[in-house]
Order: sequence, then structure tokens, then C-alpha cells
Amino acid sequence: MAITEKATGPARRKTASVNRLSGAGRALALTALSLGAVAMLFPLVWMISSSLKPLAQIALFPPQWIPTEQVKVGVGGEDYQLYDVQLDGETRQLLLVNKVQRVGTFAEPDDLSRTIEVDIRQAQPVERVRFRWENYVEAMTAVPFGLYVRNTAVVVFGSMAGMLVSTTLVAYGFSRFRAPGLSALFLLLLSTTMLPSQVTLIPTYVIFSKIGWIDTLKPLIIPSFFAGAYDVFLLRQYFLTIPLELDDAAKIDGCGVMGILFRILVPLAKPAIATLAVFHFMWAYNDFFTPLIYLHHQRNFTIALGLQSFNAFRARNYDLLMAASLVTVLPCILLFFFAQRIFIQGIVVSGVKG
Amino acid sequence: MKLSPKSREAYWAYALVSPWVIGFLIWTVGPMLASLFLSFTQYNVVSPISWVGPTNYTTILTGDALFWQSVKVTFTFAALALPSGLAVGLAVALLLNLNVPGLSVWRAIYYLPSVISGVAVAVLWQYVFNPRFGVLNWALSLVGIKGPGWLSDPKWALPSLAIMSLWAAGGGMILYLAALQGVPTALYDAAKVDGANAWRRLRHITLPMISPVIFFNLVMGTIATFQYFTNAYVMTQGGPVNATLFYNLYLYNSAFRYFRMGYASALAWILFLIILAFTLLIFRGSTAWVYYEGQLRGGKG
Repeated sequence: MAITEKATGPARRKTASVNRLSGAGRALALTALSLGAVAMLFPLVWMISSSLKPLAQIALFPPQWIPTEQVKVGVGGEDYQLYDVQLDGETRQLLLVNKVQRVGTFAEPDDLSRTIEVDIRQAQPVERVRFRWENYVEAMTAVPFGLYVRNTAVVVFGSMAGMLVSTTLVAYGFSRFRAPGLSALFLLLLSTTMLPSQVTLIPTYVIFSKIGWIDTLKPLIIPSFFAGAYDVFLLRQYFLTIPLELDDAAKIDGCGVMGILFRILVPLAKPAIATLAVFHFMWAYNDFFTPLIYLHHQRNFTIALGLQSFNAFRARNYDLLMAASLVTVLPCILLFFFAQRIFIQGIVVSGVKG
Repeated sequence: MKLSPKSREAYWAYALVSPWVIGFLIWTVGPMLASLFLSFTQYNVVSPISWVGPTNYTTILTGDALFWQSVKVTFTFAALALPSGLAVGLAVALLLNLNVPGLSVWRAIYYLPSVISGVAVAVLWQYVFNPRFGVLNWALSLVGIKGPGWLSDPKWALPSLAIMSLWAAGGGMILYLAALQGVPTALYDAAKVDGANAWRRLRHITLPMISPVIFFNLVMGTIATFQYFTNAYVMTQGGPVNATLFYNLYLYNSAFRYFRMGYASALAWILFLIILAFTLLIFRGSTAWVYYEGQLRGGKG
């Protein structure tokens, strides 16, 4: 953790002095970084743009980046489309009132009786920028989105609570106590991080199906109450960095075993606990495999599962799919911006969980 | 009842770690034994279990073309995605380590795509890869290339998923950047005195010093490839013609589409052995090219 903290600190400057760049090298590095950044943001911009388009513009090639709509003008209770018409070398804005094959009848917007017939190829529909925010409303109402959100919240925060409580207790046990066999147990715990989850998957599924938990949220929550090896390892390592003198001082002041944990260790380990919480959120929120196996009825779906069924069901509706996908990733993006430090330190400490 | 301080401490320890111990018995030991047993049976959850001996294993290894296809797909993907992800992540980290202005902004931009994952990202890339109106083929058309059918082309489906995985190269970048910033400045100073140019400093100082992180990332990446599921399920369902039938997807199909629980358990154990063998192999091979500066520094920087 210390290493990343130096990202903006003294060590960073020291390294920098070694790698000081000449003007040309600097420009080259910045160009390369900019090109890469464009490539990174490209799909996201495309996603935002598509989510605001009318369906007709979804399948355009080359793509239209700014969503538009045709301008219509209401005259006498009826809507007419506005066109740019080429007439004798000048462009005039006229309304299309009738069309017979290639010949369009155009009229002055302020006087529909003054018409002129023009080859339709000489006329261009007038478009204006318009973002279809109603795509979002439609995407959210085409499926029971509120229900998905509720289920996801129950799963994510229920399992997070279980994970945090159990991990804290177990990490405390492994970092502050001596007992016969405890270090052997810890080695056992470490060894389970290498175990692929598939090996336990099928019997776990069978157990849940025998006790009638299939198509309930319980299989997604209850196992978190038993402290995962990876989380325990991370928190224990953090607890070990907290000086034992603090425990002793608290003991003298009359703190019991649990008092030391909740009054000394937990407050001091807040950064580590926040890291666990954030990474758990990302993992549980995006998890697709577990809900796919255990949840069958739409009323029990999480957001991830709901989005997949929407995708399978409305495969052509990329306008709505992009809107729904954007709403889905929004909590993760917001969390990233508000907790960037946690993310960047967390991934360095934990490697690749999440 | 009076307890000595020592046994009081021990009781507390056991009580505190008991959630994990109980969980370990319920969710790891029990299911592992059960899954080992199931792998020698035929079982579809509804009808009774029937013992078939090692038939599942022999069928998988000698008579199941889909198994070998899924192994091939998984390793091919690892061979495509991991080196290119390493190259991209490391290149960006090296650039960011050059004292460019706005480090935190660049870092956020490159890291952002790897914090979003799952179904939404799969849906997005399905659209990006669309052969007729996807944005990727549009970008290629700008430089005069007619793009392939991507996910719908058996030759291109797996490379497509590998390209998509590069979008998440920022996760590795963060690790490499942290490692780069931990390389002692004195080494570079000494090399400069000796007249080493930038390339030699990279080759003989930077890369050896961060090789434990690179190695760690490759091992974890290989294991993660065997867990690859969501994108394959959402985007290709393993197709076209099994070109993206990842191991985990095949296991899922066996267990939860065809309800061949015994067969799938055998697949899970074979997977376990593959991962174990692979991990041991690279750990042993690593001594040849991973540089550990003293025992305590190894691994995660």
C-alpha cells in the first residue's frame, strides 16, 4: 500500500528526475497516451451516443454520433416535415405536403397554398439535434427494473454485511491470538485461495436445491457469512500493521477482547475495511454466474440477470439496450470516481480480486 | 470454572475463527468430497445417483471432442489475451512513469474500463463488434480496411474476445505502475554512470525488477481464463461452431443445461488438476526469469 501512496509523493519525484524527458520524447509520450485514451473512451462514448438515438439511427453505417430527429412544423393541426430544397441555386426551407413517387409537393411554411413540385432528390430533410431521454424511461419500464434493483441491493448489501462481520472476526482471530493449531489453520485458509470454485459448485448447487433455496436470494447471500479466504488474508495483514501496544493500552483501560477489536482495530483498519467493501460491491454487483444458476423467475432477477434476459429478448433494440447497460454500469463508475484511491490501492494490495 | 489466561486466549481464537472453519467444512471440504464422489456417478438431481466408476473420466479424455475443443479454446484465448494485455498494460505504465503531466487523470481514464464489467460490457461489445453497423468496422473503414464478421465468424470470434479483453488492461497497468515506482532510483543512476542507454536500462533494470509482478499477473490471468464465462455466455453462447466454447462454459452446459452432474463434476476435477499442474509448472519455470530481490520482496510489490 505504501508504494502507491508515493504516486504523488516524494518517491515519484525522485524516479521522475531519472526519467526526465526531452521535449520531443515528452510530446511523443503524450501523443501515444492520448491515442490510447481515445481508444479506451471510444466504446463508452459510443454507448452514451447510442443510448440517446432513435432506433432508426442505430443501424446507420457510417454511424451518426450526434442523435438527431427530423424537424416537423405543425400547420392547421397537422405536422409536416421541413426540407431544405434546392431551387435555382438557392436553398429554401419548405414543408413536404405530398409525395408521389419521386416528385414531392412542397409548400411555404406560412402559406400552404403556395406549392411547388420538385424532384425529391433535390430536397434534404432538416434535422436537429435531439437526445431521446425517453429511451431510458422505456428501457426501465419495459422490464420490472425496480424489482431488479431491489433484489440486487438485497444481495449486494446483505452479503456485504455478512462478509464484513465474519471477515473482521476471523481476521482478528488470526492476527491477535495464539492457540494450538491456529497457524496450521491459517495455512489451510491460504491454500483454499488456489481452489477453483467449480470444484465445489455442483454439490453446493445440489445442497441448495435439496433445501429448497433455488430461486431465492439466499444462495447469493448466506455463503458470505462464512468469511472468504482472500478477504481474511487481506484484513489480517492490515491488522498486523497495527502496533500491539495499542491493544495493551486498551486492555489497561478496561477493554475486553471485543472492545479491543471494535474500539481499536476496526477504527484503525477503516481503509482496509473500505477496500474490502468496495471490491465486494463490484464483485457482487457484477456477478452473473451465481444468479444465473440459482435464480429462475424474473421477479427474483438481479440487474445483471435482468439485463441479460432483456438482451436475449430485445436483441435488435440497441438504443434501449445501451440505455439499460449505461444505467447498469453507472453505480460502478460513480463508485470509481468517489473512491478512486481505494480502487487504485486496493488492486495493488489484492492483486486481481474483483 | 476457571481458565488459565492461555486457554482463555485459545478459546477466544477458536471462537473468532469459527465462522471460517465452519464455512470451510460446509462450503469447501464437504462439497469437495461430494464432488469427487459425484464424478464417479451419473446424476441428474432428480433421479437417484448411480455409480459408474471412472467412466466419466475415460469418456471425457478419450471420447469427448467438445472437452478437447474447450481446452483448446481456453488455452488459445490465454495465449492471445495475456501477452497482449501484458504488453498494453506495461506500455501504458511505462509511459505514465515518464513524469507526464496529469498522471492521475491518465491513470483514471485507462483504469476506468476495467472497473466496469459483466453483462453490460458484454452487451456493449456485442454492438461494437456488429459486422454491419458496429463502430469497430466503421473505425477500420476509415483506414480502408473492410472488417471481418467478428463474433459471427468462427475464425475471428475468439480473437474478438481477446481484443475486448484489452479494454480491461488498465487493471494490470495499475499493478505495473506501482511496481515501477518501487524500483530504486539508485539502480538507474548507477546504470547511467556506466553508460547504459534507455533501452538497456529498461531491459536490464526495469524488467527484472518488476518481473515478480509480471509473473504474478500472468499466473492469475491464466487461472482467470479458466473461470471465463460471462462474455462467452452473453455474446456468443460458445459459438459459432464452438469457436468460443470456454472450459467453464462447457462445464456450465454439462451441469445446468443437460443436468449431467456427475460428468460435470469430473470436468471440474480435471479443471482443478489442470490449474494445479499449470500453476506448479510456471512456479518452477519462474526461477529462470523472475528476479526476487531478497525473499521478502517477492510477489506483490
